[in-house]
Amino acid sequence: MMGWNKAQAARHVRRAAGAALAKGKIVEARDTTRLLEAVIRPGDRVCLEGDNQKQADLLARALAAADVGKLHDLHMVQSGVVLPEHLDLFDKGIARKLDYAFSGPQSTRIAKMLFGGKIELGAVHTYLELFARYFVDLTPHVALIVAVSADRDGNLFTGPNTEDTPTVVEATAFHDGIVIAQVNEIVDKVPRVDIPGDRVDFIVKSDKPFYVEPLFTRDPGAITEAQILTAMMAIKGIYAPYGVKRLNHGIGFNTAAIELLLPTYAERLGLKGKIATRFALNPHPTLIPAIESGWVEQIHSFGGEVGMEDYIRARPDIFFTGIDGSLRSNRAICQTAGLYACDMFIGSTLQIDLLGNSSTVTTSRIAGFGGAPNMGCDPHGRRHPSDAWLLAGKEAAPDMPAPLRRGRKLVVQIVESFGDKNVPTFVEKLDALDLAEKLNLELAPIMVYADDVTHIVSEAGIANLLLCRTRDEREQAIRAVAGYTDVGRGRDKKMVQQLRERGAVRWPEDLGIDPLDADRSLLAARSVEDLVHWSGGLYAAPSRFRNW
Amino acid sequence: METFSYRQTAGRRSAGTRAQAIVGVVASGNLEVLVERVLPDTECQIDVSTPISGFGKVWEAVVADFVERRSPGGLKLSINDGGARADTVALRLAQAVRLIEEDMK
Amino acid sequence: MTDQKTVTPFQRHTSSWYESSARDRVRLLLDAGSFREFIGPEAREMSPHLDLFDLPKQFDDGIVVGRGMLGGKPLFVAAQEGRFMGGAFGEVHGAKLTGLLRAARDTRPAIPVLILFDTGGVRLQEANAGELSISEIMRALVEARTAGAKVVGLIGGRSGCYGGGGLIAGTCSALAVSEHGRIAVSGPEVIETNRGIEEFDSKDKSLVWRTMGGRNRRLIGGADAFVDDTIEAFRAAALLLIERAPAFDLDMLKAEQARLTERLQRFGDCADAVDIWAREGIADARSVPGLSTEAFTAIADKAREPRYDAR
Repeated sequence: MMGWNKAQAARHVRRAAGAALAKGKIVEARDTTRLLEAVIRPGDRVCLEGDNQKQADLLARALAAADVGKLHDLHMVQSGVVLPEHLDLFDKGIARKLDYAFSGPQSTRIAKMLFGGKIELGAVHTYLELFARYFVDLTPHVALIVAVSADRDGNLFTGPNTEDTPTVVEATAFHDGIVIAQVNEIVDKVPRVDIPGDRVDFIVKSDKPFYVEPLFTRDPGAITEAQILTAMMAIKGIYAPYGVKRLNHGIGFNTAAIELLLPTYAERLGLKGKIATRFALNPHPTLIPAIESGWVEQIHSFGGEVGMEDYIRARPDIFFTGIDGSLRSNRAICQTAGLYACDMFIGSTLQIDLLGNSSTVTTSRIAGFGGAPNMGCDPHGRRHPSDAWLLAGKEAAPDMPAPLRRGRKLVVQIVESFGDKNVPTFVEKLDALDLAEKLNLELAPIMVYADDVTHIVSEAGIANLLLCRTRDEREQAIRAVAGYTDVGRGRDKKMVQQLRERGAVRWPEDLGIDPLDADRSLLAARSVEDLVHWSGGLYAAPSRFRNW
Repeated sequence: METFSYRQTAGRRSAGTRAQAIVGVVASGNLEVLVERVLPDTECQIDVSTPISGFGKVWEAVVADFVERRSPGGLKLSINDGGARADTVALRLAQAVRLIEEDMK
Repeated sequence: MTDQKTVTPFQRHTSSWYESSARDRVRLLLDAGSFREFIGPEAREMSPHLDLFDLPKQFDDGIVVGRGMLGGKPLFVAAQEGRFMGGAFGEVHGAKLTGLLRAARDTRPAIPVLILFDTGGVRLQEANAGELSISEIMRALVEARTAGAKVVGLIGGRSGCYGGGGLIAGTCSALAVSEHGRIAVSGPEVIETNRGIEEFDSKDKSLVWRTMGGRNRRLIGGADAFVDDTIEAFRAAALLLIERAPAFDLDMLKAEQARLTERLQRFGDCADAVDIWAREGIADARSVPGLSTEAFTAIADKAREPRYDAR
């Protein structure tokens, strides 16, 4: 029978089944699995909220405990595959198909399960791409989300970790799906409304606060001299000449080193106010010294960071905060900001090939992409100019008439020539290609494509790929910064010399940098404790990072 | 443990008056370099002891670059490696030469 | 509202003790250019045991010993390198310290000894030789003190002062410790393995530090001075403690026995360091780990004046 409101009708049935277990919108924690069995149908698309930071952990446990006779063949559409329960769903047969973006801690197990055929893989997405598909062809039937507190009407307060929640709820609630939220507490009035109550069907109070990973905390104590040298080169050889003011940093130690060199090394170069003033960035603790020294004007964040709450609250001119004073983060919006309003992405990777393709996938680990490819690409939809963008565009296409020339976003890969356990970062062939063959994937999982990368920085130097005109030049520029790896030792000395003369390759001496000056005394903070001091005691470092 | 010894010709005598210097520490990803002024002016020697095998070609390349760039004539450099990466080795070698070239105060 | 303009940027100290190598600590601690090393790295007196395990050796076996000047006066000094095998005692490492302490025993007039501890204890790969060296060192240390030498321990390195190092520290004339320094015999993991996670959760770093860290050691009299993590602060503490440390005689031993007996009586039933601090009369005991050095020292001096008559 033809009709225009089948989903609406189905929603009423599901909601009624759930309401039998609820008092108003509130369901007791012990009834959570029964609630899920009541509202979810076999084959449903389900978003179990969790990203690289916060997790709907109670709901994940409850779903994994479901009766496989009642719930099976679910299609999970979610940002993060992070908790063991996320994969237990597939082991038990509760879920069958997966579309996701990130899987850091489960990267080894997910690889095994993909090889073993336990998971039918849709695709590995970037965050923004998965969010987009929520509104086109991956709209959840049920969203299991997480918030700090709720009132009895279902209004939710997400605290500093708003992250993916508004996007997930938007897609689910406005297309007749069911939204179930786990919260740490139920209150009479929430401090601010992050999700209006009429978009939330059921609330479960968790017995303990939801899990949040301090993913963006880097201990300055672990930053090496090589990372400091690389950071010095990035500042002097890229930030300064392009005048990069609006940017996004990755989460590695190399970019943490850059953050800690802003108030020291970059200050001495006279760059204050000229570079690194506005960020699309999580509240990195290592940015505290730069903020306190007056370098940073504004930061919008994808998510929160454990321990930074009070500091952020005391710096509302810098961060986005709500009426309650705490951080408001939003992953979809911040990803968009990073894509369209930033002139540079700089981040690390595990492997780079001779063309400049990079991947964090190895044959035994599938970590997913998260947001890096959104940050690390040149958005062809951009139309507003900036100095950095125009200069990069000019370097790439000097002969094109200026009014017709696209600018270029600077996409910088910052690496060390050898990674952990002396494994070379520069390779002839990416492991991602082997993986694609083994799993019969149509696309190899590439983090940043060669045609998007503009610069590669290592402790050996900077390759400016915008200035490379041929495939050969590009390969030799990459070999020139590949240090003592096989790829590096295979370089053509004469051609590298020519590239250095043109500035397409710059070694430390070409930048007037003596590697012997790369010393930890250059870091504005050398320990997490230093960061606490810089913050005036406002930064509350998580216990695992403490040595006092 | 794998050991290598490289004896090379250097362009000139290393500057300074110190007889010896030591940099670094034997720890994971790190190494120590003991440098002693005990050889004829145009010779240098680099002895390596490393627990990581299979990196002979990398050591050779690091040493060749080092001798070309720093010209450590008259110096014997002895390395106890803790599994350092090539760039760290290059950095420590350069630091060792800088230290022995400092004038004694 | 705080006016951001009034915030004084935190100034990081340039000479961190924690970050410095053993050699740099010695070089920067003593009067400039005064240090003369005994059995230096060029002597290549290395561990005879590590080859068996295919482990790399260090030219000085992880300890620097020698003689130098502090404030214009001569002294002996030993410094452990906490990054080489966790600063652990092996045969050669231990023998160098024993020899230095025997030199102190035999030097007239007596001059002080500084021991810059940075150790996890005895090296597993040469356990018997290492254990023996601990007892040799303690004996030599007591002999040196009997002969009139003051032996002062400085503790603030990456590896803390654990195992046999903790025992040796207990025989010193006086100890100075920084925030990062930890003093104990059994380390956190050892306690957890033997007595269970309910007794001691080694991953709870704040528990580790408030139990074994410098602040608690200072507050229960396990260390005589609490100092900032700078070379300058350790230098000042070394000078003070050499000056103040008690002579090694029967009166001192009686005072030490009395001090330890009283401590056990007062705090023996406390379950956590915070309980001890509260019983010491510190009003907001929980705030102790977050206090600045100045504020902490003021509170510590009020709660427990250093007596310099015991140890």
